[in-house]
Amino acid sequence: MDMPAPNPAILAKKARLVERLKQVLPDDAVISDEAETRAYECDALTAYRCPPLLAVLPSSTQEVSDILRICHEMGVPVVPRGSGTSLAGGALPTADSVILGVARMNAVIETDYDNRFIRVQTGRTNLSVTGAVEEEDFFYAPDPSSQLACAIAGNVAMNSGGAHCLKYGVTTNNLMGVTMVLMDGTVVEIGGGHLDAPGLDLLGVICGSEGQLGVVTEATLRILKKPEGARPVLIGYDSNEVAGACVSDIIKAGVLPVAIEFMDRPCIEACEAFAHAGYPMCEALLIVEVEGSPAEIDAQLGLIKQIARTHNPVELREARDADEAGRIWLGRKSAFGAMGQINDYMCLDGTIPVSSLPFVLRRIGEMSKEFGLGVANVFHAGDGNMHPLILFDANKPGDLELCEAFGAEILKLCVEAGGCLTGEHGVGIEKRDLMTHQYAPADLEAQMAVKDVFDPAWLLNPAKVFPLAASETRRAVRLAAE
Amino acid sequence: MQAPRSEEELSDIVRSARGPLAIRGGGTRGLAVAGEVLETGGLSGISLYEPGALTLVARAGTPLAEIEAALAAEGQRLAFEVPDLRALLGTSGESTIGGVVATNASGPRRVSFFGACRDSLLGVRLVDGAGNIVKNGGRVMKNVTGYDLVKLMAGSHGTLGVLTEVSLKVLPRPEVAGVLSIEGLGVAEAVAAMSAALGTPWEVTAACHTDLGANDRPSTQLRIEGMEDSVTYRLGKLKAHLARFGEVETATSDRVDWPWFRDVARFAGGEEDVWRIHVKPSDAPGLVDRLPQGARVMLDWGGGLIWTAVAPGTDLRAELGAFVGHATRVRGTGGGIARFHPEPAPLAALAKGLRARFDPKGILNSGLMDTATWT
Repeated sequence: MDMPAPNPAILAKKARLVERLKQVLPDDAVISDEAETRAYECDALTAYRCPPLLAVLPSSTQEVSDILRICHEMGVPVVPRGSGTSLAGGALPTADSVILGVARMNAVIETDYDNRFIRVQTGRTNLSVTGAVEEEDFFYAPDPSSQLACAIAGNVAMNSGGAHCLKYGVTTNNLMGVTMVLMDGTVVEIGGGHLDAPGLDLLGVICGSEGQLGVVTEATLRILKKPEGARPVLIGYDSNEVAGACVSDIIKAGVLPVAIEFMDRPCIEACEAFAHAGYPMCEALLIVEVEGSPAEIDAQLGLIKQIARTHNPVELREARDADEAGRIWLGRKSAFGAMGQINDYMCLDGTIPVSSLPFVLRRIGEMSKEFGLGVANVFHAGDGNMHPLILFDANKPGDLELCEAFGAEILKLCVEAGGCLTGEHGVGIEKRDLMTHQYAPADLEAQMAVKDVFDPAWLLNPAKVFPLAASETRRAVRLAAE
Repeated sequence: MQAPRSEEELSDIVRSARGPLAIRGGGTRGLAVAGEVLETGGLSGISLYEPGALTLVARAGTPLAEIEAALAAEGQRLAFEVPDLRALLGTSGESTIGGVVATNASGPRRVSFFGACRDSLLGVRLVDGAGNIVKNGGRVMKNVTGYDLVKLMAGSHGTLGVLTEVSLKVLPRPEVAGVLSIEGLGVAEAVAAMSAALGTPWEVTAACHTDLGANDRPSTQLRIEGMEDSVTYRLGKLKAHLARFGEVETATSDRVDWPWFRDVARFAGGEEDVWRIHVKPSDAPGLVDRLPQGARVMLDWGGGLIWTAVAPGTDLRAELGAFVGHATRVRGTGGGIARFHPEPAPLAALAKGLRARFDPKGILNSGLMDTATWT
């Protein structure tokens, strides 16, 4: 993955930039020492690293506005950063960019149970949003795996999902409003405690724009009352095809589980060895969870088990208590950790139509042999969001490149099957150069036109999302103007 | 009139257009704009429907009725409960799915986690104002590949592009609906009761109020949907929870949609102007107090949507004064009052910039969403 070469003219402005930023920020909010900027050299896509020119840690929307205005005036690119948990390189800096980290902005601004929303500063972590409303038994629905660490700022930027979005939707379906700062320092308020836009749905295009349209400093989020209870059932099959057919039948039957998770044999084996969850050794394992009162759960699981039985499961186990429910989820939730124990891995994030599941899994198996790299599959089956984990050896020369090439082929396969390159992680730099497989030039042009309007100088997170060749002339306008 | 039979033909028409085009699906929404009529009815048909994947793809001119019939045959539905405003607006014709999406038309169920039309919309194909064919999103439920132009198109009223195809998330149709009703509540009490109900785990999917119901008294109504036993259980729980607001009647029915509230049936046929006001629910009582004398009122979305019928030509925004939210005129010519709510200058500038990019000739439903700006 290439990044543009740093612009020497910008590097030469560092001292002047630091001086101007310190006029509007406390000293400890401007990090320019090379030993300290290294802390911001990468996000969770750790294969790619580059220390930024400097990092700034504002404490208010006003400070964010001052920073952006100064960087805009001086023609310096800005890379916004939440908690740095992006798996796609969304917060990867270039040597001539300023990292703008919102971590210090983590306050709850307003909690409104009557109107069912919470307003927070976006440096707040996903899980601590739920933490702030738990005393009244409310929760914030989107639950990405990194929810302990990831910030709402990044969730909004990437339109993050999670295991429970089959029922509750992803970030964009739970985001009611934002305060956002445009690159020139203008502060805009969009949405809030009311529903839907008066004119164009700007909120809809801001969510998922990967920090390229503005820096979101506050967010109004929908909160919901927690269900009375939830219970999972574990279903094992001796083929991926049959498991896929079972998922389809459950959905068609009219029950709406809150989650349907799917693991294949390599993943089951790794999880079992790591977590001792008591999983059966089979080709495919489903975890289906439903919510409600005990009687409602009984009724829904009764129907699901009835459907599952028609496909001759090798295992059908309903959690009898919280302890057993915990163990059923334990293996699934430790999947990434389990794989990390035995190998380096790359986690993919393509989505496919649920009906293509058996075909795509079979093709991934064949490609695994062709590339000579193992792959384990764990994914949100209800919505077709796959997470193939490709195993490689980071210490073996050429293995990372081989793994990336394999990953690219899997993602192209997802697109060919009628799906997409990324379901919840975002494009960042990781899938940037694959965008032409999903989108024609006119499709990318329409998206880039949106950035032209919000950030005409292409200073915000400029080398992401779009293939470098596609965005080159736009980024060059900025360089030429200096 | 132009009536293209294919996306390519539509692209040619828009590319070579010299003057404004008035895009028309079924013509049911009474949105008159100047220009040559561009009808989408030739782009019709369901191109893909996978009940097991909960997805449906249809060309934009497909009649809504055709889609609803195909879904019903599989026991499924569009979750966002599309309003039928023909009686309210005095229009005829058949709604198209493109028109539904272009106006982000969403009924009472919008108040729940099912969301608005935009929340069910997975992908679009469109022809922009320069004639370019553009696609965005797709037919899978989770997709963050590039910018979400899908949401931007929902509710854009054709001003950014002519939709040619949409893909939608669909959901199972529940067995039954349970209804709770309380009579005689004032607006403030009604909003409090609806908030109390919506803040429970019992999944209320509609919360509506009318200041004049069937028994000539105010009526507040709540809906629960699902399997029969579950609905019965939750009705019992909610009834007890709401006892402090008055006598609660409950009933169960297999009619899960609420056309009377959904279609604002009470205001059908009159001469008054009809407005919709989007607010934070707890702000609704205060705003209703500021409505002009004689205004008739219905609340949807737990108070988050105020429907009101007022004397023709009323400048409702002037009557209400400053408030957080927005008011849109749905019926009436309004004596020069903009249909859409004015936006703050920086947002209006962004919207203007987007229109200039997507419709450089300014020919797509030109002026339809224009508003004056305020600062």
